[in-house]
Parts: sequence; C-alpha cells; structure tokens
Amino acid sequence: MTATTDAPARAPRTSGVRALYSGNARAVMARGLLATRSTNWIVVLTGVFEPIFYLLALGIGLGSYIEGVTDPLGNEIPYAAYIAPALLAVSAMNGAIYDSTWNVFFKMHFGKLYAGMLATKLGPLDVALGEIALALLRGAAYGVTFLLVMQVLGLNLSWTAFLALPALVVIAFGFASLGMGITSYLKTFQQMDWIPFVMLPMFLLSATFYPLTVYPVWIQWFVQALPLWHAVELVRGLTTGALSPVMLLHLLYFAVMIVLGLIFTTRRLRALFLD
Amino acid sequence: MPDSVITATALTKKYKDFAAVDGISFEVAPGESFGLLGPNGAGKSTTMRMVGAVSTRTSGELSILGMDPNEHGPEIRSQLGVVPQADNLDTDLRVRDNLLVYGRYFGIPRAIVAKRADELLEFAQLADRAKAKVDDLSGGMKRRLTIARALINEPRILLLDEPTTGLDPQARHILWDRLFRLKEQGTTLVVTTHYMDEAEQLCDRLVVVDKGQIMAEGSPSALIREYSSKEVLEVRFGSERNAEAASKLEGLGRLEVLPDRILVYSDNGEGALVEVIKRGLQPITSLVRRSSLEDVFLRLTGRTLIE
Amino acid sequence: MSNLALTSRRWGAWYVAEHRLRGLRSYAGTVAATAIGTPVLYLFAFGVGLATLVTGNVGPGGHSYLQFVAPALLAMAAVAVGTEEFLFGILLGFKWNPTFVGMNSTPLTGRQIIDGVFLFVAIRMLIVTVIYYAIMLAFGAVPSAWGLAMIPTGILTGLAFSPMAAYSATITEDKGQFAILQRVIILPLTLFSGTVFPLTQLPIYLQWIGWLSPLWHGAELGRQFSYGPTEPIWLTGIHVVYLVGIAALGWAFTVRIATKRLDK
Repeated sequence: MTATTDAPARAPRTSGVRALYSGNARAVMARGLLATRSTNWIVVLTGVFEPIFYLLALGIGLGSYIEGVTDPLGNEIPYAAYIAPALLAVSAMNGAIYDSTWNVFFKMHFGKLYAGMLATKLGPLDVALGEIALALLRGAAYGVTFLLVMQVLGLNLSWTAFLALPALVVIAFGFASLGMGITSYLKTFQQMDWIPFVMLPMFLLSATFYPLTVYPVWIQWFVQALPLWHAVELVRGLTTGALSPVMLLHLLYFAVMIVLGLIFTTRRLRALFLD
Repeated sequence: MPDSVITATALTKKYKDFAAVDGISFEVAPGESFGLLGPNGAGKSTTMRMVGAVSTRTSGELSILGMDPNEHGPEIRSQLGVVPQADNLDTDLRVRDNLLVYGRYFGIPRAIVAKRADELLEFAQLADRAKAKVDDLSGGMKRRLTIARALINEPRILLLDEPTTGLDPQARHILWDRLFRLKEQGTTLVVTTHYMDEAEQLCDRLVVVDKGQIMAEGSPSALIREYSSKEVLEVRFGSERNAEAASKLEGLGRLEVLPDRILVYSDNGEGALVEVIKRGLQPITSLVRRSSLEDVFLRLTGRTLIE
Repeated sequence: MSNLALTSRRWGAWYVAEHRLRGLRSYAGTVAATAIGTPVLYLFAFGVGLATLVTGNVGPGGHSYLQFVAPALLAMAAVAVGTEEFLFGILLGFKWNPTFVGMNSTPLTGRQIIDGVFLFVAIRMLIVTVIYYAIMLAFGAVPSAWGLAMIPTGILTGLAFSPMAAYSATITEDKGQFAILQRVIILPLTLFSGTVFPLTQLPIYLQWIGWLSPLWHGAELGRQFSYGPTEPIWLTGIHVVYLVGIAALGWAFTVRIATKRLDK
C-alpha cells in the first residue's frame, strides 16, 4: 500500500486509479440529504425522542430513588443532571454508529452505491467524508434538541453547556469514522449482529448511570480505555460546568480516534473498490 | 493507430497466482463500437474495471484517452460512462434524482445537470417516470436509467458490461435500439457480452476472450467467415445415441459433438441433412441455421458460451 | 387426503418451528453471547453498580435493589427476543426472504406457519430466560424457590408483545416503520414500566404508560414469585389475565392477517 493515505489534503490532488480525494465530498452529502428527504425523514425525526424518553424515565423515575451523585469535581448534583450529559454522549455515539454501520453496510453490499460513486470522479475520501458529514449533521440536530430539553428541565448547570454541542460533533466524528472502517470488514448479517453486543457494555459501564468509583480498579482501567467514557466525562464536565484540564485529554482521545478512523476507512474503501 | 481512445498492450491483472486477465492487447478507435465476447469468468469484467480506471493493472500498458490510469484515475473517470453488470442505481432516490445526484458527483453545475437529466430521460424513454421510485421500474427500465445515468457527464467512451443480461427479448430490443442511436451519434462503445446475437447487433469489431486471453479478433462477419462454415446443421438423436450417431457422420464436414446434439458445419446445410438420412440415421429433430459467433467460440475453445 | 397431508396437518407448526431453529444456527455465536452476556452485564450494572447509589441499597418491601430489578430484567430479555422475532422475523418471512410463501405452497396452512413462528419464539425465550435465571441465581438475586416461576411468566411477558407480529404482517413496504415503532412505542413501554425503579416513583401522568405495558405486568408478576407477595392477590390475577389476553389477541390477529396475505 502506498503512503498517500496520510494526506486528507484540501487540494484536489489527482493521482492514479486509487486517487483519494477529488474535493467533492459535498456531492455525497447532498445525495444523503436528498435520500433522507425522499425516504426516511420520519425515521430521522423520531430519533429525537429516544434520548428524551431515557431522560424522563431515568432522570425523574430513577432519580427520585437515588442519592449522592457528584459532578467530575465532586460537587453534589441532582441525578438527572448527572445522567443527562451521559445520555447525550450516548445518543451521539449511537447515532454515529448507526449511520456508519447499518447504513453503510446496506449501501456497500446491497445498493452497491459506493461502487457507483467510485466509478465517477469521486475518490474514497470524498465518500467517507460525505457520509460522515451527514451523520454529524444529524447528530448535531439531535444534540441541539436534547440540550434544549435539558435547558427547560434546568439540567444545564453552567453556561459552558453550549460547548457540549461542538463536543458532540467531535465525539460523533470519532465513532463514525471508526465505525465505517470496521463495517467495511463485515460481510454478513451475522457479523453485523456483533455490533450491539460490543456497544452494550460500553453503554452500561462507562460511568453513564453511576460513577466509576464503584468498580474495582482493574475494571476502572478497562472502562477508561473505552471511547464512551471519555465522551461522557467530556460532556458532563461541560454541562455541569465542572471544568478541568483532563477534559483536554478526552478531546485528544477523540482527535486520535478521528485521524486513525479516517485513515483506516479510506484505505479500506480504496482496497475494496479501487483495487 | 495514434488516434485510438483505448490502447491496451499485454494488459494483465493477477489476483495472487490467478491471472484473471492474462496479457491481452487491443485498440479502440474513436466512434468505434468494440466488443469483448466470452463466457462468464473469461476476464471481461476485470478488463472493464481496468479500462474504467477503478482497478490497477498488474502489468502491461494501458492508455485511455491518451492518459495512463495509474497516473490520472479521476481525470479518466470523469470522461467515461459506466454501465456495470449489476444495476447499482440509488434506490433511495427517485428516477430523475438519480441522474441529478450522479451528475453532481462529477461536479457538473446544477443547472446543466438538470437540463441534461431531462434530455436523457427523454432519450431513455423514461420521461413519464421521472418521479417514480427506482424499485417500481421494470428490469429494462432500470437498465435504460443506468445507461442514461452513465451519459450524464457526456462521456467520450461508454463502457457497457453485459448490458442486456437478464432482460426479456422485447426489453433487449428496446435497449439495443437506444445503444444503436448512441453509436450513430458517434459515441465510442465498449461492450462485454456472452450473447453472440448482442455482439452481432452492436459491435463493429470484437475480440473473443477466454481464460483471460484473446482467442481471435475481427468483425462479427469476418470471424464467422474465418472460423465457421456458412451454415450449420443441428441434429439430435437423444442423449444416449449421440456418440454412436457421430461415428457415422464422418466426412460430412467439421463435427461438434455436444451432450444433447451434434453440429455439422457445412456450406450446404440441407444437403448435409439429406446425406445424414442417406446414411440410415433418423434424427429426432434437425435444424439448419446460419453460423453465429457461438460457433466461432465453440471452434476456438471447444466449449459453448453459456454452460 | 394422503398420509403426508395428514402428518403435516398434525405437526405442521413444529416443522415451521424447526425450520426457524435451524435458521437460528447460523446466528448461534451472537445468540449465545447475547443470552449469556446480557444478563451478566445488566445484573452487574444495575444490581451491583447502580445499587450503590440507591438509598440504602434497599428496594421496595425491604429486599435488596438487585432482587428488585432482577425479575424485571429477566422479563425484559424475553421482550427483547419478542420484539426482534415478532417484527423482523415476521417481515423476513413475508418479504425479505419470503419463506412463508414457500411454506404455503406445501400442505402447510397460514395458521400453522404463524403457530410455528410463535412456537419458535417461545422456545427462544425459554432458552434465554433459563440462562438468565441461572445467572440470577449466581448473583444471589432470587430469594425464593418459587422464583423458578419467573421463567414461564417471563415467556408470557415476551409473548404479550405479539400484537407487533400482527402489525408486521401487514407491512408490504419497508419504510423504516420498525425504527419508528421501536422508538415511539416500544421504548416508552420499556422505560416507563417500573423495571429499574418502582412505577410509583413516576408522576401520575407518566404512570399510565406502565399500566399499559406488558413489561410492567410481567415484572410485577415475576416479583411476586421471586420474593414473595408485595401486592394484593387480585392485582396478581390482573397481571396474568392482561398478559394472556394481549398475547392471545396478538396471536389471533397475526393468524388472520397472515392467512389473508398468503391467500392472495
């Protein structure tokens, strides 16, 4: 494999059958918007409710049953304010993963959509960026709605909560770029079935519902290696206003994930369709 | 031929040890309609993918529109129209939107794409289906839409991989008519097919491909002249008695003994049939027909095209 | 009537169930991993992890929080199987991989096909709930020996989601209805159903969702067996009647719709 993968460069460089980028990710994204509009916009719309239902059930129902949760700096906060940012991070993850796994899976194997795209001027990076950008747009729209609900319920404890939105985009970017690459290896429904199985422990264990301190140390280390934990801590810090320098590390985690994910996905698309 | 739009020299594609395309050479002149005829697995689609600048050759030389695909993939692709073997239309989009979106992949301005889309829907006889869902189209309509889509960037070469496989006879004829019009307008066509009637209909010149290699080259009629007789007599004796009957047919002309029938190559088919009966044989059925590319292929490879 | 037709009349539903079970074999890996991994994860996350935050780690009636959530989680596992099979399994047989149509061209009737699918779903639920129960025992989440009854009540809870099968049988074009259904109906029925907290913790304007939800009835029913009566016996009766009634209704409608659809 050649060494051109490290350059998701702006300039529409052209070289060879396996040229990466033609600077036209826009067209791929526009296709996605049009497809959403003409087929499944209700599906996209109802996606908004999912985290809100979780927040109502767990924040109100479970919250009245629970005591003594703290923000990342140790200040006591209501349970609803504790899990709301976690649910927000989870929804960013779920949205990005769904878009980059099932959607991509179908387009790859059934619609043969990418083969069609790559027979034109487009390169694999156009396709990857276009698809991911669409997922991010959708994720951001969900994020805004959820943040508004949090605001109405008084769960945004600090003005920094609005920064959760860009943070969500970064988080979704990380999950989407990696997810798309992984999906390209999956060929059967059976294999796709493993995705929720990997997601479940992340969802349940990543300090979403209770602090990490309830675990023995080795489990804590394991959870801290998972991306969702970084996502939850980052968003929680922003919505509760408990800022700390560690949050930069969480960001760094996702920056690395994005870069690796993009390189990985682009290489895979190229290997699959431009051999 | 300096003005050829495609020049392949000893073109080879290997997957590990297996050579899907094994050193083939050919040229395609502008405006020509060029065919690759061969059975499934002969290497036609792999050749098409290399010509389509989405597959890197293992060795040999390839020049498309004067450019090397190893250096100028996107530039070449932006001047090609590709009709793949299996339709890969965007089923999430309506018929006309398929054309619009595809045109945008080439970066063509919206207004121009919209105008061309309408013209192409007209050309593909799909204007009244512009708002239909792709899934609601018949097989022939989908194929015409795929061809319309391939023309959205006004390509200099149109690559058609098995354009009518799986279509019913009527749909095939409609499609051939459309492709014939493109040919008349001077579009360069490159067609792969395993149907000899299709090759005869569409191609000015073709190569017969088998196991990744070129077996023969020429116009359909020249190939038939060179590798077959004017007429063919097909006789059936029932699968049990074929071999026995064949031994009594020596000297009538070149014989091909197939599992279900015997082909007798002769310039006078009726005369050959009279001779068969004279020799005391009573075929269950007999048929005299003109030679086709199928016979050429059989002669060259000892196998039928569709197995 | 030939012998073959007679045999298939008697055993037809079993043949269909067998077909589906064989189909499941290619998914054996994820099915097994999910059947074992899900209980471990959920019991750990809620029963052990979240329990530390619950006031005094005490559920209603003085039992531990783990014992409180466990019966609900078991029922939820059966519901997960039900949702998957009743939605995707049914549409699969009609549309994506239309095996029902093929079956119907043999002596099998529409009724037998649906019976067979329900039978298969119940068998899958049985496997899942037995595993769940065993893992609950290992976590010490079942105080009473009567807890074994959570297996049938769990299966019953899952089967009470059968109206989804009837709906699925009506779908001819996949436009993402399932995603909508799961988000707007199934998810609230699951979340507002007194699973990880008592239903009474919810404000009254949300509690009614729980009363409608088979999962609430199933979870409460399981609790009665797992750690002894915490409610009047008539309410327990209502749980049973409600669950059986919905399951039967859903089954009857599915049979009806499927028979009609195959008859086209």
